[in-house]
Amino acid sequence: MADGLINLTIDGAPVSVPPGTLVIEAAKQAGVLVPHYCYHPGLPVAGVCRMCLVEIETAPKLQIACATTVTEGMVVKTQAPAAKDARQGVLEFLLINHPLDCPICDQAGECELQDFVFQEGQARTRYAEFAKRFNPVEDFGPDVLYVPNRCILCTRCVRFMEDVAQEPVLNVSERGDRAFIGIHPEARLDHPWAGNVVDLCPVGSLLSKDFLHKARAWELDKTASICTGCSQGCNITLDTRDEVVVRVRPRPNLEVNRYFICDHGRMHYKWMNRGDRIEAPLVRAGAELKATDWDEALDRVTAILRGTEGRTAVALVSPGASSEALALAKRVFTGFTWTGAFQVVMGEDAPLAGVPDLALRAERAPNAKGAENLGYTRDYAPALAAAKTAAVVLVLDDPDCAVDTNGALIYLGTVLGENAACRRADVILPIANVAEEEGTFTNRDGRTQRYYQAKPAPGMAQPAAWVLGQLAAAMGPAEAQR
Amino acid sequence: MGFPHKSHPKETVVLSQHFGDADARTLKGWTKRGGYEALAQALKMDPVAVTDVVKESGLRGRGGAGFPTGLKWSFMPKEKKRPHYLCVNADESEPGTFKDREIMRWTPHALLEGTAIAAHAIRAEVAYIYIRGEFTEPWTIMERALAEANAAGVFGTIKVYLHRGAGAYICGEETALMNSIEGKRGNPRIKPPFPAAAGLFGMPTTINNVETLAAVPHILTRGAAWYKGLCLSNPKSTGTKLFSVCGHVQRPGNYEVTLGFPLKDLLYDMCGGPPAGRTLKACIPGGSSVPILTREETEACLLDYEGVVASGSMLGSGGVIVFDDSADMVYQIMRLARFYAHESCAQCTQCREGTAWTTKIMERILAGQGKTKDLDLLLDLSENMTGKTICVLSDSCAAPIVSGIKKFRGEFEAYLAGKRQPVMVS
Repeated sequence: MADGLINLTIDGAPVSVPPGTLVIEAAKQAGVLVPHYCYHPGLPVAGVCRMCLVEIETAPKLQIACATTVTEGMVVKTQAPAAKDARQGVLEFLLINHPLDCPICDQAGECELQDFVFQEGQARTRYAEFAKRFNPVEDFGPDVLYVPNRCILCTRCVRFMEDVAQEPVLNVSERGDRAFIGIHPEARLDHPWAGNVVDLCPVGSLLSKDFLHKARAWELDKTASICTGCSQGCNITLDTRDEVVVRVRPRPNLEVNRYFICDHGRMHYKWMNRGDRIEAPLVRAGAELKATDWDEALDRVTAILRGTEGRTAVALVSPGASSEALALAKRVFTGFTWTGAFQVVMGEDAPLAGVPDLALRAERAPNAKGAENLGYTRDYAPALAAAKTAAVVLVLDDPDCAVDTNGALIYLGTVLGENAACRRADVILPIANVAEEEGTFTNRDGRTQRYYQAKPAPGMAQPAAWVLGQLAAAMGPAEAQR
Repeated sequence: MGFPHKSHPKETVVLSQHFGDADARTLKGWTKRGGYEALAQALKMDPVAVTDVVKESGLRGRGGAGFPTGLKWSFMPKEKKRPHYLCVNADESEPGTFKDREIMRWTPHALLEGTAIAAHAIRAEVAYIYIRGEFTEPWTIMERALAEANAAGVFGTIKVYLHRGAGAYICGEETALMNSIEGKRGNPRIKPPFPAAAGLFGMPTTINNVETLAAVPHILTRGAAWYKGLCLSNPKSTGTKLFSVCGHVQRPGNYEVTLGFPLKDLLYDMCGGPPAGRTLKACIPGGSSVPILTREETEACLLDYEGVVASGSMLGSGGVIVFDDSADMVYQIMRLARFYAHESCAQCTQCREGTAWTTKIMERILAGQGKTKDLDLLLDLSENMTGKTICVLSDSCAAPIVSGIKKFRGEFEAYLAGKRQPVMVS
């Protein structure tokens, strides 16, 4: 065993953990999930749900695993009869006032009350003759509904707002079984990170209005992704149903976003489902754009690149494009006098007070740092001016680009507005959006993180990296194969 | 109630000596009666020496738990690196208990003096006296006494503040009390950390009961040996204790006896026994949170920490609730359960849901709609509510249920069998 570690036994399995580790965390290392509700690794310990009661040899009473730190030689038994009985008791108590409205509850399928009752609860209730507590649904904030009847008073939401967001607008109001989560009478749950309370809620008591009755949890496919809302690079999961992104949730990464994402990032997904996509490569035929196949379109681009008289090129790219696409968009122009530039939409910073170095960043793009690393400049206006006289201009994934050029214009994009400047392009190539491809972004701290494909791209659209890879290969096989 | 009765010859009058004597409330009157001599004496002593005297006296906490006071003081950090706090628990809310109220009403300076001595012993610069919100008269008297004492500068550098509770029973639990002083919701905290390590505002803190502190000046002036000598039974229980007797006795009120005194003598000799024509049925000896004793157990019980445990209950706060043969134990127990359901802070699941469920079952039984399995259900719920929560409020709800069903099962069964008239439950 390594020095400085505490050795203990959990359900017969030996584990060694650093001093100060909580029994509930040590148990995870032994492959044991101690059932719990109030405990959350991203929040201060409350110790109130009493669900994680375990037997510890030498302790006279059952102890809560979430507030007990490990000691050398400790022997923990999560499956001791007394511990199982106690947890069964807690589940019975929790269920007496919990409506069994799982069929219409958004949380069903990902509900910790369901899961632990399924795992170790009883099939019967002894509370049959009494009415359950009733309180009406409350509108807490722009995206949060509170359904008090389902609440098990774990206080995760209260602690999040108090200790993590540090805007204590929620509390436990009243006492005894009349207790409920209260909101300050003059406040709304509209903190820029408030949406996390919905994820933190172990039951269906705090609900997202955006996701309300949209899908059943078990119908969702989950894909690891990176948030495109700003340059923080929060790790997220894209939940898709029938190839439509329906929800964004945080994916824990202790180095970047811990367990949280901001509401801006949470809501920043609807564009991924846009229906007005470019679905086929388009090539210019006089005044018209003609749909064609990839071979012809790529041949046309290659011909343009080979045939230009001048050897100047300007790339106007989106800082939301993958680093792979950005690198290839540069390689395509090997031999050209090349200028690459991007512009970033700016917003307001919105830090999460209780977590250092976590904020919704003013820079509302995921890959500005990656673009910079690859030689693209933030000096956008000169590049835009230079485009006027460049032999070739490539616009990557920026439908609103105000490009104006006398040279050839190639546009790789997902959409093309009625009045888009890119309508004047010689070739338009349909590409996949972030939910439809795999790639990497480099966040503001220089951390490169991979995102994965959550749904297929529409029509003939391909990942930009594939398209640009084909072009680079056509322009110079040796170069592209490196 | 209201004006105290005259002392009974069998009482050992120490704390209650000046009860009823309005002159003792004033600083002048209190000093005339020997007040603040102990403080002057203590301030000349090393804090450790003061603690040692109290340790030697055998004084134990009078709030309910009976923890040795001197030992508790000695838990404070030896090396003073941070501010120390003293909290005085005057949130006397235990049903059946009204001793601290009388101490504050009649001898406010006794509490202030004990507070200052304790603050000196634990090297606290600030003491908070947390007074139950409903205690209007004691509050007024304490406020006046504190102003007088401050004007006379009797505390030296020690600052004493009064803090008024807002009416929650749970704020008498020591960590909930600290949260309440801090301006937070009065929820008990998880222990550890214990208050001596991280208490009020996260600093080392000692919490003492009013009656405990009121005894300290006497121990200093008359000596630890004298206090230790006040013992009628077990040597681990020393000194005098105020017992608040209420319910079916002819002369209810506060009685001060030496620990180890027979409960029977307290009830029959001092309180005059049950009303004429009635007989004793049951007794709760230590405030509503302790198990109920039957008549036989009551009459054999010795009033000290060990004696009451031997009888099957606990000394608790010394709130003696007496029931005669007219009492409906099922109704009485329902009232207790309802109290705990009302006062549960709602943190722990077992307590929040269990106290309310227990109350509903008790009300159902009283309404004549009980089911035969209800008693087993109550006992099972009580088992789930005992020893599993942050504080002991749910244990306190379970104690009278379990002892009540065990000892008065016949009364429950009469309701269940429809042989007893349902009581109006409101």
